[in-house]
Amino acid sequence: MVPLSYYLIVSAVLFALGAAGVFLRRNLITILLSIEIMLNAVNLTFVAFGRFAGDVDGQIITFFVMTVAAAEAAVGLALVIALFRHRESLNPDAFTNLKW
Amino acid sequence: MPETLVFYAFSALAVVASACVIGQRNPMYSVLLLVLSFAAIAGLFIQLDAPFLALALMIVYAGAIMVLFLFVVMLLNAPQEDALIWDRTHPLRHPVITRVGTLLAVVLIVELAYALMRGNDLAQGVGSRAGRETVSSVRELGRVLFTDYMFAFEATSVLILVAMVGAVLMARREGEQS
Repeated sequence: MVPLSYYLIVSAVLFALGAAGVFLRRNLITILLSIEIMLNAVNLTFVAFGRFAGDVDGQIITFFVMTVAAAEAAVGLALVIALFRHRESLNPDAFTNLKW
Repeated sequence: MPETLVFYAFSALAVVASACVIGQRNPMYSVLLLVLSFAAIAGLFIQLDAPFLALALMIVYAGAIMVLFLFVVMLLNAPQEDALIWDRTHPLRHPVITRVGTLLAVVLIVELAYALMRGNDLAQGVGSRAGRETVSSVRELGRVLFTDYMFAFEATSVLILVAMVGAVLMARREGEQS
């Protein structure tokens, strides 16, 4: 039987990779993808703890996280499209002004 | 033992694919590698007795959301060679900031490792306390979702409606009358 801490280590590594992606990459789409990696790392933690505690609450929370992630992806991609129309660029440094 | 081997295989696949998502300059390959990472995580979900979530992850996430990402990548068709210049002109590329950041990252890793080594419960098998049939049944999941979490479920439907309206409104061309 695989210990709980192994799952936690895997999800910590995945979360760190996602955070590193948000900080290191300069492409709006890759940043959104890194956020998805982080959300999935947290999902893995929830499911592992839910299995450990022996009830379905961990799975239910993961279900809600997936729904919110779908909404976030739709709104985030709409924002990316709107920003690209303004500046013809996906570099976040091009969008440092609040108003133009 | 085969259980542990499968766990190692899936987690290695998930970590390597996620690292490639970040290391990749071409967003198209990034999206496809993220699908691979999701497939590996779905395998881990099945090992954790959550087959419904594994299927939802593959169908909703890999099937719908990632296709949405692919559509946007192909629609925008941004030139890739810009990314190299962007990485060179990164605002965080500064010797002092880099050193402080590395130090903080090492502290975080040591702290996490210490916390994970210390807990007594964490060394137990992940399913050692659980009754097998209660966790894995989809019927139980649906019952709890539609009784205890009824309000959250309904609130989620409102959230999706708002997100849909917001996405349509923001992606619309400016000055276009509807």
